[in-house]
Formats: sequence, structure tokens, C-alpha cells
Amino acid sequence: MQDNFFARKRLKTLLYCALLLAITLIAILITNYDVIKGFTSIPKAADWAFNNFYPNEKSLKRLPVIISSISETVLVSIAATAVAALFALMFAIAGSHTTGVGGVFGFVSRSVATVFRNIDVSAWSMILLISFGQNVLTGYFALFFGTFGFLTRAFTESIDEVSSSSVEALRSTGASYFSIISQSVIPACIPQLISWILFMMETNIRQATLIGILTGTGIGFLFNLYYKSLNFSAASLVVLVLVLAIFVIETVSTYIRKVIM
Amino acid sequence: MTMEELAMKKPFNKQKTVIRLTMASIVVLTLYAFATFDYKDIQFLDAVISTVHTLTTMFFQPHFKHITFIEAVTYLFITLGLAFLTTLFGAIIALVLGLMAATNLSNPTLSVVVKGIVAFIRAVPTVLWVLIFAVAAGLGSVAAVIGMTFHSVSYLVKTYSESFEELDKGVIEALKASGANWIQIVFQAVLPSSITYLISWTFMRFEINFSVALAMGAAAGAGGIGYDFFMASSYYYDVREIGAITYLILIFAILLEVMAGKIKKKLRVKN
Repeated sequence: MQDNFFARKRLKTLLYCALLLAITLIAILITNYDVIKGFTSIPKAADWAFNNFYPNEKSLKRLPVIISSISETVLVSIAATAVAALFALMFAIAGSHTTGVGGVFGFVSRSVATVFRNIDVSAWSMILLISFGQNVLTGYFALFFGTFGFLTRAFTESIDEVSSSSVEALRSTGASYFSIISQSVIPACIPQLISWILFMMETNIRQATLIGILTGTGIGFLFNLYYKSLNFSAASLVVLVLVLAIFVIETVSTYIRKVIM
Repeated sequence: MTMEELAMKKPFNKQKTVIRLTMASIVVLTLYAFATFDYKDIQFLDAVISTVHTLTTMFFQPHFKHITFIEAVTYLFITLGLAFLTTLFGAIIALVLGLMAATNLSNPTLSVVVKGIVAFIRAVPTVLWVLIFAVAAGLGSVAAVIGMTFHSVSYLVKTYSESFEELDKGVIEALKASGANWIQIVFQAVLPSSITYLISWTFMRFEINFSVALAMGAAAGAGGIGYDFFMASSYYYDVREIGAITYLILIFAILLEVMAGKIKKKLRVKN
């Protein structure tokens, strides 16, 4: 019997591998992916990067412009995350299974969050671009909608995880709905909420770069401008400044997480 | 201060202080951001009203004009194919690098080096990787897949190595004591015990890659439905076609999410 067990297990693994291989081949076919070119382009790109993609003296003159546009991008990300978190918290409390008001409102709150989460920020930015034009607010609202959807799901899960027993206990003592929320639910899950907010800020700075390329604002616009005018040393300076900014924010948020969790 | 007053005072709590400081700085930075933005005299209310108008047209009168429904579905599958290839390549490379980066399976220097390189790759946004590779390979699926794979690898190495590090130290020690070599330890203890985490992280990355592939179609000419979305919004200004494409993507993304939820549940039951 044991023989059989291992044979079956092996067969199953083999089947999974075959399935994966088949899907891979189909994917390569429909996307027109050139496998050989894929391998050869890596050393080619590395070679090009070593010869062209580093900041030189001339590009350093552009540093003030780059710094002012990265600080705008960082601020947009922080502001969008903070305001979205506020709305997400309200929706999460309403949509959660333990604290939710239930019924129609809970359902509406969950479906709104699902729709917002599944429309990508790049899609939001292109939709908003039509009315808002090349403006800071285009990126701001695109990030806001995407973050709102994601944080609502994350917050709902955190609230469900933390508060099921305490809410029941407090309800039986006759505490009012709002005092349960403000005295028990929020204090219990605030470290997790902050951790999610910090995560979203890091993500949003990267997303803001993409949005900037699509909508012509912030650091993404600057990169695209230098890149398309073949000014690669200035473009590489943009990348370096961006990496530095993300490292700083990651370090700060890692420290905060370590202390509060 | 008398002893009584001291006793009345709450003891210093580092956790609470940091939480308050974090919240306060977020609020201050947000207010500062709103105060310093260059709004360029935008007519905010007009823009909001016109956006609401756009959204209602989008969602209530969708149609396909420049592409047919069948074409749109084909392009959607191209995007899906890009996401799949990226995730697969990323997972294979990340598995090897993740083993090298896990502190309990590798030597400290190697682990630090791999983690450092991966952190740098992760800090650069995906779109920049794609554009950098596009210089060498030309705009298209090759640059998109390689660039997106770079970012997937960096993300997955971090999550994989963290799952490997969760493995009980005693297990590895016991296997080492019984004379198992590194490959045996990896295949008999490390991978079986962390496979559920690996699968659920990989699937999560697949969801992310799907939306990244969409964006790359729009921003870096990678093809797929993202490119049509970009054309509809930036060249044809066809709000109704944007709506139709959005519906298609939305249905697909929700399907993916439901599937991911089912897989996660199944894995959890098995454990």
C-alpha cells in the first residue's frame, strides 16, 4: 500500500508540473515572448547601464528640481494614505462582522471596497486625468481611491481578528456602540492599523512614480522627461534619489513597527 | 514632586508614545502637504462634477468601439500571460535566492549580501525596471517580463526567506546531527513545512502582477488590455470604451480574488 501512496504522490506532482509547463507554453505563445532574447537582454542591459546609467556632473545641477519633485511625490503619497485610512476605518467598522451594523449597509460597504480595490491605480489615474488634467490632484485622488479599497479590506480583517470576544463581553455589560468602538476595538487594533498605513505609504510612493509617468506629474514625469530626451545620467539620478527616499521611509517604518507591535 | 505625585503619574510607555508621535506626524505632514501643493488654479468643483459625469457615463453606457469584445478578451489573456510568466520566473529564481537569504540555512555574509541587493531592487519601482530594460531589449513583452520579474523576485525573496526563517531551529539541528546534507534538509524539512506559505505568497504576487501588467501595458507599451485602456483614455477620449474595459478587468480581478481566497482556505484546512 505504501508503495502505491508514493507512486500516486509522484504522479500528482508530475501532473502539476505538466500543467504548469503547458500554461507557460501557452503564455509564451500569446504574449509573443522571445525566450532567447529574454536571456540575452539581461547582460545587454547591464552592459548599457554600466556605460550610460550613472549620474555625472552635469546632471547634479538638476538635483534641486529632482528633490523638490520627490518631496511633492512623497507628500502626495502620505496625504492620500492618511485621508484614505480615515475613510477606510469608517467603512471597515461598518463592514466588519463583529462591529458591523450588518444588513444592507454592511453589504454596500464591502462591495464598494471591492470595486475600489480592483480598479488599479493606473486605471484611476487615466480616468481622473480626463477631468483634472496634469495636476497634483489627479495623482492624489488616484492613490486615494486605490488605498481606500486596499485599506478597507486590511482594516476589516484586523478588526475581525482582534475584537470578536471583547465586543461580545462589552455588549453584555451594556456598553454603548460608540464606547465599544472607541474604548475597545480601536485601541486593540491600532498597532496593526498603523502597520498597514505605513505599508501603504511605502507602496504609494512607488505607485506615484507610475502615476506620474501616466499623468505627467511629480517624480515620474521628471524621469519620463529625462528618459525620453535620452538624458540618461539625469534619469539615473532620479532613480538614485527615489531609492534613497524609499530606504529612509522603510527604515523609519521598520523601527516604528518593531516598537509598536 | 512628592512620592505621591510620582505614583499618580502614569509610567512612561514607549509603545504608546511612538503610536502618538506617528499619528501626530502623519497628521502634520498631511496638513503641510495640502498647504504646499501647487494646485495650478484648478477649478476643483468643476473637476469633481466632470469626474462624476465621466464615471456615470463610463459605468452606465459602456460600449466597445475601437476594439471588439473578442479582441478585448484576447488582450486580457495577453495581460494574464505576462503576469503568469513573470510570477513563474520570479518564483523559481526567488526560491533559490530565498534559500540563500534565509539566515538559518545560509552563511551570514551571503544572507546579508542577497538581502541587500534584493532591498535595492525592491526600492526601484517596477515601471522604471521595465523602462531600463526597454533600452536594451526594445519596448515589448521581453522588457516587460524581465523588468517585472526583477521586482517579483525581490518581493518573493523577502517573503520566502521570512517563511523559511520561521522553521523551528531544532528541526534543522536534528537533521544535521543525523548526517543530512544541505539539499536533504531543504527538500525534506524546509520546503514541505513552508510550502503553504510559499503558495499563498506566490498567488498574492500573481494578483499584484496582474495589475502591474495592466499598468505596464499603459506606461511602457507592453501590450495587453492596459494598452487599449491607455489608447481609449489618452487618444480617443472614449469614456464609454474605458467603462467597458474597466468592467472586463473588474470581473476578472474579482474572479482572481475569489480564487485566491478558495486556495488559501483549502491550504488552511489541509494544515
